[in-house]
Amino acid sequence: MVNVAGRTAGPRQPGSLLRRPGRPTVIRVAVVVVLLLFTVVALPQLIGLYYVDYLTQVAVYAMVALGLGVLVGRVGLMSLGQVAVLSVGAWSAARLLFGTSQPFPLVLVEAGLITMVLGTVLLLPALRMRGLYLALITLMLASAVYIVLLTLNFPNGGAGFSGYNGNQIHIPPIRRPSIANSDPAYFRYAVLVAVVMFALVAIHIRTRPGRAWAAIRQSEPAALAAGINTTLYKLWAVALASFVTGVAGGVLAGAVHYLYSDDFPAYTSITLLAVVLMGGAYSLWGAIVAALLMQLLPALLNNWGVSNDWLTILFGIGVVFTLTTAPRGIADQFPKDMARLGGLLLRQVRRRRPVPASASPSASASASASPSASGSVSPSASASSASSAARAAPTAASAGEGEAP
Amino acid sequence: MIEVKDLTVRFGGVTSLNRMSVTFESGTCGLIGPNGAGKTTFFNVLSGFVRPSEGTVHAFGDDLLSIIHYRRARWGLRRTFQTEQAIEELSVYDNVALVHEHAGHSGGARRADVLEAIAFVGLDADPEAKVGTLGVGQRRLVEVARAVVGHPKLVLLDEPAAGLPDAETHALAEVIRQIPARTGALTILVDHDMSLVSGCCETTAVLDFGELIAAGPTAQVLRDERVMRAYLGTAEVA
Repeated sequence: MVNVAGRTAGPRQPGSLLRRPGRPTVIRVAVVVVLLLFTVVALPQLIGLYYVDYLTQVAVYAMVALGLGVLVGRVGLMSLGQVAVLSVGAWSAARLLFGTSQPFPLVLVEAGLITMVLGTVLLLPALRMRGLYLALITLMLASAVYIVLLTLNFPNGGAGFSGYNGNQIHIPPIRRPSIANSDPAYFRYAVLVAVVMFALVAIHIRTRPGRAWAAIRQSEPAALAAGINTTLYKLWAVALASFVTGVAGGVLAGAVHYLYSDDFPAYTSITLLAVVLMGGAYSLWGAIVAALLMQLLPALLNNWGVSNDWLTILFGIGVVFTLTTAPRGIADQFPKDMARLGGLLLRQVRRRRPVPASASPSASASASASPSASGSVSPSASASSASSAARAAPTAASAGEGEAP
Repeated sequence: MIEVKDLTVRFGGVTSLNRMSVTFESGTCGLIGPNGAGKTTFFNVLSGFVRPSEGTVHAFGDDLLSIIHYRRARWGLRRTFQTEQAIEELSVYDNVALVHEHAGHSGGARRADVLEAIAFVGLDADPEAKVGTLGVGQRRLVEVARAVVGHPKLVLLDEPAAGLPDAETHALAEVIRQIPARTGALTILVDHDMSLVSGCCETTAVLDFGELIAAGPTAQVLRDERVMRAYLGTAEVA
């Protein structure tokens, strides 16, 4: 039997939030910080305003994809209504921005909370279902929201509940935060909001709700047997996804200045699901890849004079190709492919490098022997040999007991 | 002790359990029977996944059927599944901690309890390793660790040795034998491996076509004519 004290004595403490981060975690955090600094500081200087606008949309849709990733990737709830949820967030934020003088961040939080309540209440009856039926119901709900918005219209500075005035000639733009009025500044603002939303989701994933979602996704009966209130945690996931998407809607309202119901057709949610599956529903990076596919790719095609209609075909092929060759999406597959390619290139380089004629057999022997010699005294090697001994002992003992009668 | 009285489960026209009445006293008890006899249905009733048409189940003085399914873990019910259900995406530690935190145990004792459960089942794997990277035998042990963590009252093991090689089955048998002594829980073992059942269980009940056909000391039950007929089709062969 394995010694408990032996297991807990190491530097890593499972289950502790204060565990010392390993080297891969430090590298990962460093990569994220460098990428973030580059995106916020340097990127707006390097690209034109045309792409800054599109990259702001990427930040918005990264949040939307993040919310959908929680539902599809973490809990296994197939939703085809996320763009409708986005429109609810955008509508709420626009109404608050026109109707009140509250600070922009507060409006974002309020828009997120309103969307969270509406999204959760709407999906409450649907949570008994999964898979295709849930997808169908969410698509119907998205269509209903679209029709309501066509009737209600987006606020444009009018009075009343809807805040819409059809006779208005000079429509005022939806305001932005005073510190981020220009497009590059608003892009930076959108990225920072997205970072906060990604952090919020990451915290959820690493703690109690994340573990419960993983259990529900694997098997609902097993989750119930483990004591998980599956309905509560599914609602929690819907609430979180709706909140994040609602905040994204608020950022979108400030980004585009003018909102129209036609910008949120129900079928866009299908495209969103397709790019999320391609990007990787289970990965936080997948949400960014999905947003790049959904918002930056059309901009690039536009710039190259290629019709955006090709995207529908491209995404269709992309989903089939991804699900058959890399079911966990581009975000999961790309690093693996790069590592494989790197290894292949390294092997080619080593093969082509001539062996120095002066290298004596003794020198090469000592070189090959040194890693194993150092390995045998390292804590990891001794731990592994100890653990293999521990593994062998009970097996032999129990086998003996089993055969004794 | 759990007392089952007149438990009947019907799925449409099929009667999966027919007026089953049995008492499981303490220690490790076996529940055997041919495929389709109703063993897993019985576990599903105890877990709250299947609502019986008739009957009662009293466990340690509580009416088990009146407790909502997800609350039964908090009450002290644990189970494993015929198809192993350890969560691939989570680490070994988180798999076990998940049950501990949802069964209502205090967070302060979590780390010690979880590591103790992992050690108890003899799982030789890094607690931080993802379960998806483990072999079948190790994943089965993770499931058993989930079933014994905290302070269970009733542990249901549904074919825990399915698909395991002999050496691992022997090791698992040793763990199963120790569960009542270590946790104080009543353990019910369903398995087709008679050597595992006879090696672990003092008493055994036998189901056939939803009906209880025998119950008592394991050695006696396994020699019962009706049991042999249920398994082999004819008493003469035995």
